[in-house]
Amino acid sequence: MCDQTFLANVFGSCDKCFKQRALRPVFKKSQQLSYCSTCAEIMATEALHENETLASLKSEAENLKGKLEEERAKLHDVELHQVAERVEALGQFVMKTRRTLKGHGNKVLCMDWCKDKRRIVSSSQDGKVIVWDSFTTNKEHAVTMPCTWVMACAYAPSGCAIACGGLDNKCSVYPLTFDKNENMAAKKKSVAMHTNYLSACSFTNSDMQILTASGDGTCALWDVESGQLLQSFHGHGADVLCLDLAPSETGNTFVSGGCDKKAMVWDMRSGQCVQAFETHESDINSVRYYPSGDAFASGSDDATCRLYDLRADREVAIYSKESIIFGASSVDFSLSGRLLFAGYNDYTINVWDVLKGSRVSILFGHENRVSTLRVSPDGTAFCSGSWDHTLRVWA
Amino acid sequence: MAAGPAPPPGRPRAQMPHLRKMERVVVSMQDPDQGVKMRSQRLLVTVIPHAVTGSDVVQWLTQKFCISEEEALHLGAVLVQHGYIYPLRDPRSLVLRPDETPYRFQTPYFWTSTLWPAAELDYAIYLAKKNIRKQGTLADYEKECYDRLHTKISHAWDLVLMQAREQLRAAKQRRKGDRLVIACQEQTYWLVNRPPPGAPSVLEQGPGRGSCAASRVHMTKSTDFYKQEIEYCRRAMGRTRVKSSVCLEAYLSFCGQRGPHDPLVSGCLPSNPWISDDDAYWVMNAPTVAAPTKLRVERWGFSFRELLEDPVGRAHFVDFLGKEFSGENLSFWEACEELRYGAQAQVPTLVDAVYQQFLAPGAARWVNIDSRTMERTLEGLRQPHRYVLDDAQLHIYMALSAHALPTLTLSQGSAFPTWLGPPWPLSCQCSVLSTHRVQRRRTGPDHMLKKGQVSI
Repeated sequence: MCDQTFLANVFGSCDKCFKQRALRPVFKKSQQLSYCSTCAEIMATEALHENETLASLKSEAENLKGKLEEERAKLHDVELHQVAERVEALGQFVMKTRRTLKGHGNKVLCMDWCKDKRRIVSSSQDGKVIVWDSFTTNKEHAVTMPCTWVMACAYAPSGCAIACGGLDNKCSVYPLTFDKNENMAAKKKSVAMHTNYLSACSFTNSDMQILTASGDGTCALWDVESGQLLQSFHGHGADVLCLDLAPSETGNTFVSGGCDKKAMVWDMRSGQCVQAFETHESDINSVRYYPSGDAFASGSDDATCRLYDLRADREVAIYSKESIIFGASSVDFSLSGRLLFAGYNDYTINVWDVLKGSRVSILFGHENRVSTLRVSPDGTAFCSGSWDHTLRVWA
Repeated sequence: MAAGPAPPPGRPRAQMPHLRKMERVVVSMQDPDQGVKMRSQRLLVTVIPHAVTGSDVVQWLTQKFCISEEEALHLGAVLVQHGYIYPLRDPRSLVLRPDETPYRFQTPYFWTSTLWPAAELDYAIYLAKKNIRKQGTLADYEKECYDRLHTKISHAWDLVLMQAREQLRAAKQRRKGDRLVIACQEQTYWLVNRPPPGAPSVLEQGPGRGSCAASRVHMTKSTDFYKQEIEYCRRAMGRTRVKSSVCLEAYLSFCGQRGPHDPLVSGCLPSNPWISDDDAYWVMNAPTVAAPTKLRVERWGFSFRELLEDPVGRAHFVDFLGKEFSGENLSFWEACEELRYGAQAQVPTLVDAVYQQFLAPGAARWVNIDSRTMERTLEGLRQPHRYVLDDAQLHIYMALSAHALPTLTLSQGSAFPTWLGPPWPLSCQCSVLSTHRVQRRRTGPDHMLKKGQVSI
């Protein structure tokens, strides 16, 4: 007698067609099922079909992207620095630290100006959020958040409230009160809920709406009063790190930048992505609109800042230098849009001539990386916050 | 060296592009022809080859990148802080001194990007070596770390001590010069990866980014993702684009127009408050002031938004509307803004109020909107939401701005910097203004007209 191999056949009802047949074990998404031979064959061909479709879709997407680039290139007839040749060069800039705000016990992560041009709110790694009168360097309010790494903070347009959030995945709004007996933390309102850290937040034109960006890859618009989600914005393939609202009075758009190296412009009403730009080589840490609203600048870990024009639908300038090796963490324009201030991870601040593309000046002073930078609402100064626990106002 | 435990949370080294760039700089510095001048350095009795002085490093950086000495010193200091260049004489502090102090380039084995993250086991072996060699003269913080590690990996302590002794024995067989160099290299590596308390850690990155989300997305780059991309590309192909030359010219004119108003570019009078510590500038430009400055009045002519955003400008405009046109248009616009940016709970009440006041037939302050927009708006009012009045609001906004700016005039003969005098003549006569308008046309479509709906 020779050895015989026995194939044990299990009879039963197929998990797909429910007919009584001989069954075979089949694995779908790491779950074991029992299919009859016919259903198993069908599943095999389906999978093949899906793979083919995936590959063909991928190539179609690549194709279309290439065609889109061609279309964009057709209208590109001149470079910015060529056009800017006839503009007068800027003179020597002497900018110094005019105020140093000391008081945070740990890295300063974010700051925002109040519309009164002198008050500032800043947040830090140890959970402290402080409101300063930066002209006198007095601290006016302080709140301790229940979480560390408060990476986002914003001042309300009325100046009566602040919003902040970070590793707690939430955005909380605190009304500012001058009553010494009242505890600010008691009136806290939890507005936004994300599934990952909050990286940026901003009030829209009023105190009642907040726009947030999060490490879960989405942005969202919230109603402050009720905490209701008004609109969410999906499209980024990785963490969203920054956002900025357009200054236009008829437009309803904002731009966001993320770890997927994309900067995306969104329509707040419909939640759709209107335009996307993908030319950076690394995470985009900061985006800021040009004062006219027709363009925006972005700062990235690839050590460059880039200017994207919304009407031409392309990148129009790169601000980089071989000696600048570290990423730009935050950017902002001066009032006229002629100067671009960028804070870098090598503790410096570089000032760029937006039109000519050249660097005007480099500012030293911070002793650790510059994490946040904003120009004051009337353009008289700009403030930078750093991991060296201080904020500096420069003019 | 033995492999360590799993890497701590934070960005993987692929996401630290600045390290690769620093390495490129350091490699080009060691180029035999174009690099920094190398020399042999005498330390007591040993001669160390391939050393460079601090001043040479700074000089080379200044020349190579065409930057100032201050910036070159800063860049060099950053390279030393990250351990790519180490001092031979005083390896305890990673500082670049622009003088004859000798430095050497770190071996690629100890580069931050190569041997990252630093393993606890390796650190234990290093400290053990130091302990044995110098008969227990570790720095305070090192002693603390040593004790902590001893408790943490007590099970592997025999291995640690054995490895330490082996490495010391192997080192004894090397030449004195090599021994010194290797000791410096190792010390620099640990100064970078385990900085003493008080010194900033250059390798600190902040909360982990994108690693979880990115890996998640990469695994599910499915048909949906590509379908979305394709849909986006198709939509993008169809959008209208403007020639670069037109867009770029717009920046020039914008910067040119706003330049004199930018305090950081052109200064401000009487003085910048931050520089002079005198807030006269803010007092003069307070939101509500009797006599606005000439620059401020000029800004009102730039765009309708500037006029509306300035309380004094808006007040004058309301005044003007009251005399020439009825003020209900601006009130309607303001009510629409309140709706758009107001609380969600208020939406139905606000919509109703606006309808009753401005849109209903026979309303007290009826606004004149073209029939098509009115029809659309009334239709939309059946299901009120915060954007339901957008069309009507835009129509009124265009009408307001079209009529407002041409009839504002600026008194050019007033004294600088304050503007004193009676309210403007409300007739469109000033030749300055007409050229103003023509200039605006020539500089390309105003951003308000982006949607191409209304042309002035």
